[in-house]
This record gives sequence, structure tokens and C-alpha cells, in this order.
Amino acid sequence: MTIPHLAGNTVLLRLEGISKRFGGLVANDQIDFELCAGEVVALLGENGAGKTTLMNILFGHYVADAGRVHVVDESGRLSELAPGSPQAALAAGIGMVHQHFALAHNLTGLENIILGTTSSFAVSLRRREARARVSSLMEEIGLKVDVDAPVHALSMGERQRIEILKALYRRARVLVLDEPTAVLTPQEAQTLFSAVRALARRGLGVIFISHKLEEVLALANRIVVLRSGRKVAELAVADANRNVLTRHMIGREIEPDRPTAARPGAPVLVLEGVSCGSGRDRLVEASLTVHAGEIVGIAGVSGNGQRSLASLVAGLERLEKGRALALGKPIVSNPRTMIDRGVGRLTEDRNLDGIVGDLSVAENLILERTRSPAVKSRGFLRHSTIRKDAEQIIRAYDVRCPGPDAPIRLLSGGNIQKLLLARALHGAPRLILANQATRGLDIGATIEVHKRLQKAAADGAGVLLISEDLDELLAIAHRIAVLHAGRLTPAVKTSLLDVPTIGLAMAGHVSGAFADERPLADEAADSARELIQ
Amino acid sequence: MKRVDFRLEPRGKPSILLLAGIPVLSGLVALVLALGLLSMTGAPLGRAVLLLIEGAAGTPFALTETLTRATPLIFTGLAAAVAFRAKLWNIGAEGQLYVGALAAVAVGGHLETPSLVLIPLIILAGATAGALLLLGPVLLKTRLAVDEVVTTLLLNFVVLLFVQMMLEGPMKDPMGLGWPQSVPILDAGMLGQLVPQMRLHSGLILALLAAVAVHIIQRHTFIGLEMRAVGGNAAAARFAGIPVASTLVITGLMSGALAGLAGVSEVAGLKGYLTSDLSPGFGYAGIVVAMLAMLNALAVIPAAIFIAGVFVGADTMSRGLGISSYFADLVVALALMCTLVGSLFLRYRIRILRIA
Repeated sequence: MTIPHLAGNTVLLRLEGISKRFGGLVANDQIDFELCAGEVVALLGENGAGKTTLMNILFGHYVADAGRVHVVDESGRLSELAPGSPQAALAAGIGMVHQHFALAHNLTGLENIILGTTSSFAVSLRRREARARVSSLMEEIGLKVDVDAPVHALSMGERQRIEILKALYRRARVLVLDEPTAVLTPQEAQTLFSAVRALARRGLGVIFISHKLEEVLALANRIVVLRSGRKVAELAVADANRNVLTRHMIGREIEPDRPTAARPGAPVLVLEGVSCGSGRDRLVEASLTVHAGEIVGIAGVSGNGQRSLASLVAGLERLEKGRALALGKPIVSNPRTMIDRGVGRLTEDRNLDGIVGDLSVAENLILERTRSPAVKSRGFLRHSTIRKDAEQIIRAYDVRCPGPDAPIRLLSGGNIQKLLLARALHGAPRLILANQATRGLDIGATIEVHKRLQKAAADGAGVLLISEDLDELLAIAHRIAVLHAGRLTPAVKTSLLDVPTIGLAMAGHVSGAFADERPLADEAADSARELIQ
Repeated sequence: MKRVDFRLEPRGKPSILLLAGIPVLSGLVALVLALGLLSMTGAPLGRAVLLLIEGAAGTPFALTETLTRATPLIFTGLAAAVAFRAKLWNIGAEGQLYVGALAAVAVGGHLETPSLVLIPLIILAGATAGALLLLGPVLLKTRLAVDEVVTTLLLNFVVLLFVQMMLEGPMKDPMGLGWPQSVPILDAGMLGQLVPQMRLHSGLILALLAAVAVHIIQRHTFIGLEMRAVGGNAAAARFAGIPVASTLVITGLMSGALAGLAGVSEVAGLKGYLTSDLSPGFGYAGIVVAMLAMLNALAVIPAAIFIAGVFVGADTMSRGLGISSYFADLVVALALMCTLVGSLFLRYRIRILRIA
């Protein structure tokens, strides 16, 4: 037996008056918070509400400006945790599964689990003992994974299990899961939830960080809502529902997404047996047609070919096999050509290849047309026009920023995304690639982005919306295709689909409406014919 | 027991005061550290400081000497600043300086034309030579991803040996009494003096103009914006359709040309002919100048004057006190390190924690 049993309602963890500022930003403001044994507490809040900061303080990555953390010790008494020390947090039995895993890819799962638990000078790793303990842990909580396979060969869901086992192996009494479902298929998420419930029954305290209301309502016993760094509500799950939680999270009523009708016109994107990219993210013989006036969603866990598909349409990837047409002409591996042809593109990772952080807001807005006569004359930048355009975009998209001259890196993710959206939609593109367009955005910003994409589609653009968020796809996509291991299912009308069918397809089992669809090649060939006429 | 802990935390936008203060403070800290080391030699510190300042700026002569020294440093500082801004690590300004000088004497030593034609020709030749020398490493970088730090650094030694070969062979001055030196640049090709009786020459004006030109290109032209975008985030620049490779090539040509101009200004403004000890490491010192200027083209001017002042002042000091003039190198090296440490504080602030 490996998981420590603690009596019914022992308090495992108490945070008292935690405050933390970063410059002028109050990330945490007097937050009190308690976690009991056997309990799942959800920490709910929008991005930037202070969830991650709070957990980083708990785990010793940051030191709070004020407040204390108490953790139960072996004898069952609460004692203060030394601030700013991850080692102390680990020793006190706090385990954390970060959103981005901290695993060594070339080692096996088992090696990752025992890494750091033995002295660096130990002669043997005592693998046999470790394996026995890990096996019994897996048995107990119902999380199975091949611990002898190297981590790079595991799926994201399997890696997450390794992370959880790692925390349990270190005898964690408190387990923190930071946005754990972001990388899972719906079915995998269900498995995770039952494992978490099993852990809670065993007496662990679990903190579940999320911004997804359904998950929180399904899993948590108690819900703590953070907004702008403050704890605004703490309620039992019985007292909570979607509306109450949304109001607490956002502080106001929000108009939900409203699906629009598709008015498909001529094809704007045609893929026929397209292969490109390399490695795990390779796209294999994909066929797809996006028409003007419709939003086609691509569901699937990231790393299944999304990057290759997006790079191809963005003009960053060379076509290897098949036929790819954008707006009637073959896709070429040249971003500027694609932009000039009328393809609007939103990148998956804003900070990685979206913005140049040290350039100003205004400069970032014109990066895609540095050579257009609208922004330069005789080689010189037309500063006043550029500035005026930027000011207008800031107003139109309601971007919160100090002004057009501020370095863009100072802005929040939501505001950066609004600017990038404005840049992509400049000149009314007829094909729009939106790759994870709302990842990490709060509800307000998400709905804003959705509205803009819907409006673009209504005005006659074809939208290719690649997303991990099924709710998003079901809300605004007219048709949905699923990517798994580089293979793309047919795109099926959203009204014919449900979450389990999409979830199965995300795990590689094509069934239901996806299986009923006509063979892909026919559809693509039709589109190509239509296009040529 | 109380424990005191330090921690770096990110800060927002740095203030103007901080931006200007950090390089100045870095220079001062470097001087103080160097004086600390100097005191270990037993030299009288007060007199040392006095001699240093006097030697750098105490007399009109000292001042013009400092500015003369600063002239090539402005060029090489600009060469580094332009390249580094686009994250093109040109460590080869020393070599580019020498090929620039070589081209200058090749043209200026033989072409019998009026000044109005000859001087622009010399300038053009030197700039072109420097630019072409950097073109190779840049193409290797953009085509084959060869690290330009290695190629540009190693080219410095190749170029220096090449210059020595030329000075011993085809370009040796037959009237040079056997010394390995080139023919002198014709009088019509020499840059004029700025102050009578002093060595200060109009290369300084050229350097100042170059700094202003670089500033305008970086801030006000689309190509400058593309350079800054490529340096700031090459992946984002590529995504936005900026031609990253050709932007790097243009950056490299500019950087190499500026370093080549340092060579032109030294031979056509100061020495008159080329020897293989034309530069006491101006190319490398230019990197320090650029860092001290935080890669800002206009700030290169005061940074170069500071470094030049240290060199010139240290000469006077070492003569006066009998200390090695390597002291100047020490200050320059310390200034680089202090600036690098100092620039950390532009993005981070220190927090002191007292833990009970």
C-alpha cells in the first residue's frame, strides 16, 4: 500500500492571505484557501485570474509578498511551508502536474518516475522495487501506461499519466493538476476523472485547475472562483451551475456564441491526397474542401498533424504529395505570396511566431505588408498613417494597451490575439486559417474572436478552424473533420455529430457520421472539377 | 534564524532613466573595478585617475586624440550594432576593417584623379570590400546554417595573413625601405584635417554621418523594420512573410561596409598607408562599443568616445606611472561584462527576501 490514508476531513493544506504583485499587476490579492483530505477542489478562473500564480507560490516557484502556506506533516499537524523552495514543497507531499510536462523524453516512463528520488551517488536505481510500487499504484487508481517505453513514444495522455504516477510515487498527499484536459480526448478525460475520484477516495486532496465549466461541475466537490487575483466565490458543487459560475468568473453576463448558417459558395481551399511535414506531426494523404462562406473545423489533439496542415496553408511548408489549391491556385511555400493572394493566417502560438515582442503594437500590425505602398513611400515608413491605422484597430477591436507605440510584449494574451486577428483580417482575406485561435483566451475574448470569424464567413470567406476545444468547434463550425495520427476524416456537418463520435475519431476510431461520409477522393475531385470550370 | 535570499523577477517597460543610466553606470563600475586591480600594483590611485582623465580630455590635444581614436570605433561599433540588432553575430569587423583599408590603398595609391572623384571612390571601394567579405559567412548561414560566429571570427586571421602577404608581395611600397607597408594614398585621396596641427581628420564627420544614417535606416525605413523584426523574432518575421534570408544578407552588407569604412578612415584619414598593425583590435572593441550603446546607433557615438578616452587616457597614465597600458584593455573588457550584467536589469528587478 503506497498512498497514505488520512482520516476523513483532515485539513491537508491551508493558504492564508496570499498576495503577490508583479509591478503594477496584482496577481493574487489576499487569497485564503483550504483543502481537505479526500476532496477535489476546482480552482476556476479565466486566464490571468491568478490560478497559476497561486499554485506557483504553493509549489515554491514564486515567493508571496504576504501570506502563509501550511501543509499537514507526517503526524497530521499543520506546519508552515518554507516559501520559495520547490524541494520543501515536494518533501511536504505536494505533487504538481504542470500543463507543460517536465519529462525527459529519452528516458522511459519508469526512469522518469524515479528520477530525483534517489541520491545521485546511488549505485543502483532499484528498478525492480520501483516497478513493483508503480504497478500497484496503477492497479489502485486505474491509470494504465507502459512505463518501460521511452517517453517520446508515448501520447500526450500517456505522458500525463506518467506525471501523475511520478507525483504519487513521491507520496504526494496533495495533487495539483493544471489544466489537465487540454491535451486529452474526451474519452481520455473521462479516464482521468475516474482516476482522480479514486485518488480522492484514497484520502488525497486534489486541486484541479481549469477554465472549463463542464469539467469543473463534473469532477469537483468544491469550487473556488478567482477573478483578477481575488477569490470571488467559494461554493459546493451542489450550489453551482453554469450561469452562476460564469457570472462569478467574468463578473458580468456574457452573450454566448450563436451558430450562424453556412452559405457555401465556391471552394477556396482544396486538398487532395496531401502529404507534408515530418515526424509525429506529419500530415498523411489528407483530403478536404473548404468553401467560401463556411467554417470548417479540424478537431483533434495537438501533435496529430495540425502543425503540418496549418504550415501548408500558411505557406510555410512544402507540399510533398497530392494536390493543394488555395483560392484557385496551387499552394506555394512562400508566406508573402499566400498573404498577397488573400489568405489570412492566425498562428497556433502567438508568442512563438505571431508577434515580435520588442516591436511596437503599430509595427507588429504592419509586419505582413512591410512592402506595401500603404505603409511605405520611397522606402520610408509612413509613420503617421501606420500610427493612425493602429489607433483605429485598437479602438475597433477594443484592445487594452498603453498605445500604438507600446512594445507588444507588454500586452496580455487576449489583447495580442485581437491584434493578430486584426492583422490577419486586414484586406478582407477570402481564406482564413485560424489555428488554435482562442487558446488561452478568456471567455470574453474568445467570443469576440468567434464573432469576427463568423462575420468573415458570412461576408464570403472560407474559414479553416483548427482547434483542440470541441465546444468551440461544435459552437461555430459548420462542418468538422478530425485529425488523428496525420490522417484526416471526412468533414461532416456539425448537426450530425456528437461529442462521443468526435472523441472516438480523435483516438483513431472512425465511426458514425464520419464513416457514412462518401469516400474523400470523390468529394475533393468534385471540388477540383467545380473549381476548374 | 533569518535567511536573506535574492531573486530576479521580470519587470515591465524600462524607464528612459534606466535605459540611459545602465550603460553609464556600467562604464563607471568597470572603471572602479579596474582601479581596484590597479591599486594592487601599488600605484597611487588618485594620481592614476587624474592622469587618466587628463590624458583623455585634459587638453585640446588630448581631446582630439580621443576623438581620433573614437572615429574607427564608431564605425566598428555601428557595424556590430547593425548586425547584432538582426541577431547576425558578426565578430569579423577586424577583418572587414583590413580589407576595407586594403581596397582603399589599392584605389587611392594609384588613381591620379581629383579629390572630388578619388575620395568617393576610395570610400566606395573600402565599403564594398568590407561588405563582400561578410557576404560569404552570411550566405553560408542562410543557405547551410553555418554558424557565423565561427566563420567571421576565423576570417579575421585569414584576412590578416592575406594583408601581410600583400604587403610583403604585390602591394609592397618599392620606396618603403623594405618595410612591409603599402604605397601611400595620393594626397588627393586623403581625408582632410579637422583641426590644424592635430591628427583629428574628417573621417570623424563621416562616422557621425554614418551613425545618423544607420539610425534613420533602422527607425524610418521598411528595410530597417524588417531587420529589427528578424532580430526580434525570426520565426514571427518568417510567418509574416518577411524574406528572412535576404534581410540578413542586406544587414550583412551594411555591417561589413561600415567595418570596411573604419579601415578607409584609418588609412585615408590618419596613417596614409597600410601596415599590418593598422588596428589595435578596433574590430573587437567595436563589439564592446555596440553593447555599451545597447545596439542603438546614435548611442554608439558616446560609447565609442568613452572607450577611446579610456584607451588614450590609459596611455598617458601608463607612461606617467610606469604601468602597463594593457590597463585600457582591462577597462574595456570589464565594461563589456558590466554592460551585459547591467542589461539584465532592464528586464528584471532584484527582490530581496527575508525569510524567518
